[in-house]
Amino acid sequence: MMDFSEIVTLIVRSVETGSIYALVGLAMGIIYKASEVPNFAQGEMATFSTFIAFMVLTVHGAPFYVAFVVSLLFAYILGIAFEFLCVRRAKNPTILSMIILTIGLQMVLYGLSGWVFGTEQRAFRLPFSQFETVEIGGVVISHLGLATIIASFVLMCLIYWFLEHTKTGLAMRASQQNSMAARINGISSNRVVNLSFGISSIVGAIAAMLFAPIITLSPDLMWDPLLKGFAAAVLGGFASLPGIVFGGYILALIENLFGLWFSLEYKSVVAMGIIVLVLYIKPSGLFSKHYQRKV
Amino acid sequence: MTLLNVQNIETYYDRVYALRGVSMEIQEGGITAILGNNGAGKTTILNSIVALIDDQPEKGLIEFDGKTITNMSTEKIIRMGIGYVPEGRQVFNELTVLENIKTGAYTRKGRSEIEADIDKMFEYFPVLKERTKQQAGTLSGGEQQMLAIARALMSRPRLLMLDEPSLGLSPLLVKEVFEIIRQIHQDGTTILLVEQNAKKALEIADFGYILENGRFVASGTAGELKANDDVKEFYLGVKSESSVKGYQRYRRKRRWR
Ligand SMILES: Nc1ncnc2c1ncn2[C@@H]1O[C@H](COP(=O)(O)OP(=O)(O)OP(=O)(O)O)[C@@H](O)[C@H]1O
Ligand SMILES: [Mg+2]
Repeated sequence: MMDFSEIVTLIVRSVETGSIYALVGLAMGIIYKASEVPNFAQGEMATFSTFIAFMVLTVHGAPFYVAFVVSLLFAYILGIAFEFLCVRRAKNPTILSMIILTIGLQMVLYGLSGWVFGTEQRAFRLPFSQFETVEIGGVVISHLGLATIIASFVLMCLIYWFLEHTKTGLAMRASQQNSMAARINGISSNRVVNLSFGISSIVGAIAAMLFAPIITLSPDLMWDPLLKGFAAAVLGGFASLPGIVFGGYILALIENLFGLWFSLEYKSVVAMGIIVLVLYIKPSGLFSKHYQRKV
Repeated sequence: MTLLNVQNIETYYDRVYALRGVSMEIQEGGITAILGNNGAGKTTILNSIVALIDDQPEKGLIEFDGKTITNMSTEKIIRMGIGYVPEGRQVFNELTVLENIKTGAYTRKGRSEIEADIDKMFEYFPVLKERTKQQAGTLSGGEQQMLAIARALMSRPRLLMLDEPSLGLSPLLVKEVFEIIRQIHQDGTTILLVEQNAKKALEIADFGYILENGRFVASGTAGELKANDDVKEFYLGVKSESSVKGYQRYRRKRRWR
């Protein structure tokens, strides 16, 4: 059996990795809610943006916050450009053709980042160390871990505030629910979808920059997190952003328990297993509430 | 002054020829009614005006406030000052009542004015005030209709178009909704009203058009239409005395073609 401090440590570790999963899942969820497309290029878009930060840091020797801002700016432009140049052009799109479009972009970006930045593993460092630790209430956590948890939490709050309390956020939610009704209220659905791609790409890029220091930066940086983020979104329910966040944390917790009790090596199977299981038992996800009309 | 001028528009849904040359002029300050049976093309007229049907109308010209709006996007047309209460209400089901009303003000600036207008909506529709936090999808049909009207009014339109606002409402509610439409008109908004309930519509309208199979077959002031034998028989349900039914109907139907 585990004692109390071990349990707390386990939970904190899970929140740490779960944050990354949650952010990746959120990035996919934001696009999904706007356009009903799971964006499989999400990972590569994020990786590419991280490479931009890396270049600004190393080649130009800029301070971290400059690299961070430049990278997010790039991510935003990449997101809206993808929507404007590819997604919007698709005539009479089906979900399948849109998925193929995102996979197409994924391959292009993967090839491109290998070609432009090289395929070797690079060390990507944040100003927060992975090896220095602090102890909070008996739990030891790395600076990077703490920064990850806090940054993700702040970002989630920002997204929530934006959607719930700004005019544009309200327009986005309205357009997602009934685009015809949104249009006759003067809301451009094109603009809403475009903005969603931009925001989603930023969220993905932040996740990638928080994740890259843990392993190393290379074109396949986000393969694993993307699978996990996707699993988190399936688990929580693609239609519910809070659900996706919980899905991310729960997935990380299940993974850690699996690693503890069964095998560390095969931890990654958990995500796959969860995707299959959820699709089998409750395809809409755990947290997606399906509102019912009172008749 | 002519606020909306529709000239000879033709609208297709693929090969379905839905509007076969429709023309009308709507004067500022009036209430105009379009009457017609199911499938006549009433909704299609309104959707054509605000450009909701892709690449349509195929032919014709639409002017609002003297400016051509054919080929403009829905969002732009709405911004010019048209409010639209669509068929079937189309409220945002998972937004609250208050949020629904706020989306109506999307095109506007000026926080305090918007707040004042929200209060005004609650004066028009007191039922909504008690339900500001309720999800719109859980409202009754009548409440949803009120909400759809309130939402459309929030953009402060010069022209308010309503598509069958009385559909599915109890007689008492129908009366209430029409009373509110009359009130909105008195407060200075031009009204374009689409209805199957001809009796009610002609009570408040000052001008009306009769639509059949994508064409206007009659038009006139409300008084003229109410006195028209065909309108009486086919829309107001008043039987003419010497009814040799089938033959009579056939002859009457022919008359306005
Ligand atoms: N999306 C569509 N695709 C194909 N045909 C359509 C479409 N919408 C309407 N139609 C056809 O166009 C014609 C006019 O339809 P419209 O909805 O304008 O009628 P309406 O007068 O509003 O009827 P109702 O009183 O039942 O609402 C009908 O014959 C209808 O079948
Ligand atoms: Mg209709």
